[in-house]
Amino acid sequence: MATGPALANSAPPRDAIVAAMRDILPADGVVDDAAGLRSYESDGLTAYRQVPLVAVLPETTAQVAAILRWCHARGVKVVPRGSGTSLSGGALPLADGVLLVLSKMRAILDIDYANRVAVLQPGIANLAVTQAVEAEGFYYAPDPSSQIICSIGGNVAENSGGVHCLKYGITTNNVLGVELVLMDGETVRLGGTLLEQQGLDLLGLIVGSEGLLGIVTEVTVRILPKPQTARALLLGFATIEHASQFVADVISGGIIPAGMEMMDRPAIHAAEAFVGRGYPLDVEALVIAELDGPAVECQHLVDEVAAIAGRNHAVSTRVSHSEEERLSFWAGRKAAFPAVGRLAPDYYCMDGTIPRHRLAEVLQRIAALSSEYGLGVANVFHAGDGNLHPLILYDANRPGELERAEEFGADILRLCVEVGGVLTGEHGVGVEKRDLMPVMFTQTDLDHQQRVKCAFDPELLLNPGKVFPTLRRCAELGRVHVHGGRLAFPDIPRF
Amino acid sequence: METERLQRAIADAGREGRRLEIRGGGSKRAIGAPRDDAAILDTSACRGILAYDPAELVVTVGAGTPLVEVEQLLADNGQMLAFEPFDHGPIFGEPEGKATIGGVVAAGVSGSRRLSAGAARDHLLGFRAISGRGEAFVGGAKVVKNVTGYDLPKVMAGSWGRLALLTELSLKVLPAPRERASLMLEGLTDAEAIGTLSRALGGDCDIAAAAHFPQGTARADAVTLMRLEGFGPSVEARLAALTQDYGGAVLRGEEERALWEKLKTLEPLADGALLWRIVVPPSLGWRVPKGLDGFARRWLYDWGGGLIWLTASDPEAPVRRVAESVGGHAMLVRAAPDVRTFVDTFHPEAPAVAALSRRVAAGFDPAGVFASARFAGGADAH
Repeated sequence: MATGPALANSAPPRDAIVAAMRDILPADGVVDDAAGLRSYESDGLTAYRQVPLVAVLPETTAQVAAILRWCHARGVKVVPRGSGTSLSGGALPLADGVLLVLSKMRAILDIDYANRVAVLQPGIANLAVTQAVEAEGFYYAPDPSSQIICSIGGNVAENSGGVHCLKYGITTNNVLGVELVLMDGETVRLGGTLLEQQGLDLLGLIVGSEGLLGIVTEVTVRILPKPQTARALLLGFATIEHASQFVADVISGGIIPAGMEMMDRPAIHAAEAFVGRGYPLDVEALVIAELDGPAVECQHLVDEVAAIAGRNHAVSTRVSHSEEERLSFWAGRKAAFPAVGRLAPDYYCMDGTIPRHRLAEVLQRIAALSSEYGLGVANVFHAGDGNLHPLILYDANRPGELERAEEFGADILRLCVEVGGVLTGEHGVGVEKRDLMPVMFTQTDLDHQQRVKCAFDPELLLNPGKVFPTLRRCAELGRVHVHGGRLAFPDIPRF
Repeated sequence: METERLQRAIADAGREGRRLEIRGGGSKRAIGAPRDDAAILDTSACRGILAYDPAELVVTVGAGTPLVEVEQLLADNGQMLAFEPFDHGPIFGEPEGKATIGGVVAAGVSGSRRLSAGAARDHLLGFRAISGRGEAFVGGAKVVKNVTGYDLPKVMAGSWGRLALLTELSLKVLPAPRERASLMLEGLTDAEAIGTLSRALGGDCDIAAAAHFPQGTARADAVTLMRLEGFGPSVEARLAALTQDYGGAVLRGEEERALWEKLKTLEPLADGALLWRIVVPPSLGWRVPKGLDGFARRWLYDWGGGLIWLTASDPEAPVRRVAESVGGHAMLVRAAPDVRTFVDTFHPEAPAVAALSRRVAAGFDPAGVFASARFAGGADAH
């Protein structure tokens, strides 16, 4: 490590920071006016707001390195941001921190069809990658619902999933390399156009690290040939149990659908009222199962899946016979969040994962909590991989309802952990679930994670206040035996 | 309890400045520099299937469980470890069946299907371990989709026991394909074969594994293989499409399996010479043996050209320089003990990456209990 930074309490005044950023970046790369900064005060988790000290928009890796080197030397905190679609507050700014916005670095640096990879700058939108390669018959598999705008760099930070990840994997399974600038300004490359790395898998640590370990300035992703065809089934069940058993039977029958989504009655009704694609309304659970591959494979699997649905008492079965019909099955599911959003002034989207066989029980207990808190809930579920999204309905204008919704949400996540699942399947911990981490991990578990942070950013300047509920100074963590000595964040707002 | 005993052993070693070498089945013990600086920490007590529900696609096992036991259990339920792990025993002239699941994951061993299904690291969902601090801790979870906290399973897979003793693993499992068959092309040069595989892998036939055996390795003639897996009608349709584009013969059954088995046992390379494992951008694979000219004796390509197993006549062969020249790296897998003392096992990392790795390793193992003369360079340089 080079020379350490100055102590945080002697961080330079705002004017000095802004001036230094102007020295590094062109004029339009520094935003310090109140109106300009307000557009960065929140990400996809809009209940949390904080205007940053200054926002900077570098265009090159060298500029990123210069910004970090300057901030590191003076103990200035830095929060990275891609497109700002995080649902867990991963890009929530700090009042005394520089917001590093990667949106100007959005070039495609290379597309190598022979090796089936694309080399990207971090600000490019997820969907733009697929659009760049689809003429050659390729696509980029992870497809988070915000894929029109969410950035690849943000996907790397959050290890984003999507509806097709049971079959095609999440971000970490589709990233082969990154260029990374460390907090002290050093640039390293991890991985590349290779199917395996030697040494410790630091790349695997970077993906999903929520911007705490370094700034990703280049990403090498796998691109895949597009499947020849895709077909979908739209299946209604009279009970959640029947639908759950259907899903289990499909998977234990050896079939991994490209996507398998479930909605409960409130979600079905909201979606149908919103888009009107003929979803059955007299069922408790609706499942969309999508199969892809050569046409004969799709036909074969459609028949098998329909038979499994029959054995599990499906009360309504529709099979897509055209691309238009397949998309219409998906229309309601894809609009589920905004559709549920019409049921109440606000909704709060949760993101736990559970062992699938506990689904019926978990939904019953969520329903009981719903009565207890006096707040409605609709559930959409990535049924194949057990990732549950309860949408809690509330009205932020009613005093106390936001807090109640958050408590309800926390209870749901505790329930997910209790049945053997996890706090977050794809949205990340961020600030939102930070204080729940001890529900899933012991302090010893968390210490082992935090020492990874210390290896990359010993002064804890990069995106502090995210993921970990309490962060001890690295010097204390470095001791083999640590007694007490928790250092809270006096400077991070808590909600 | 067993975990407590292991925990005490590690904590004691840390306090007393002793070193430990984690050993499962010992199938890979001939990899790395010979060492006499460490006592063996045996994982055989951490044995057994702890939880398995095929419909959840997760199996939880003790790290000391033999790989064959795990694979048999999964096969009985129509499932598999999709990364196609293999046992290093045969590479060193020993019988199969000694490798443990913990050793396979700790070494990041991925077979031919890595090309399409991901590597060992992609299938380790969660673990229990004891770090070099003598502390038991967990990483990841027992569900297939999880982004809670840092993805410690990734850094544990392929760490070669340098961070912590894995005691329990939760692995993602997948349905085993109902059918498989391979298309075989004969007589191609390395460059022609790799070019053909690159084109085919860019098509929509969903090739599970792609390999090339140069002349005189698997058979007298060079053999190029593309393996298709899945449901019967789908395999047949894709075979027909590939045959139309590339010609060749369709292999099935024992004959087909026997050829792919050669990429696990490396029987064509069992001549006792130095064995290298070289990972490069797939389309450039053919350049490596060519660049090594007279130094390369025999070689096989897996992963569409991205993995080369190569024997060399001379420890001074510039394998690493040639691998680097195409953007890859090389690991020394098999060599005489004296060679292993002066040739590093792993490809040297860039200084900044090596420094970062050392800091990460020190977080798990500050006293260097698991640091080892076995692997010079990288995370273990002290």
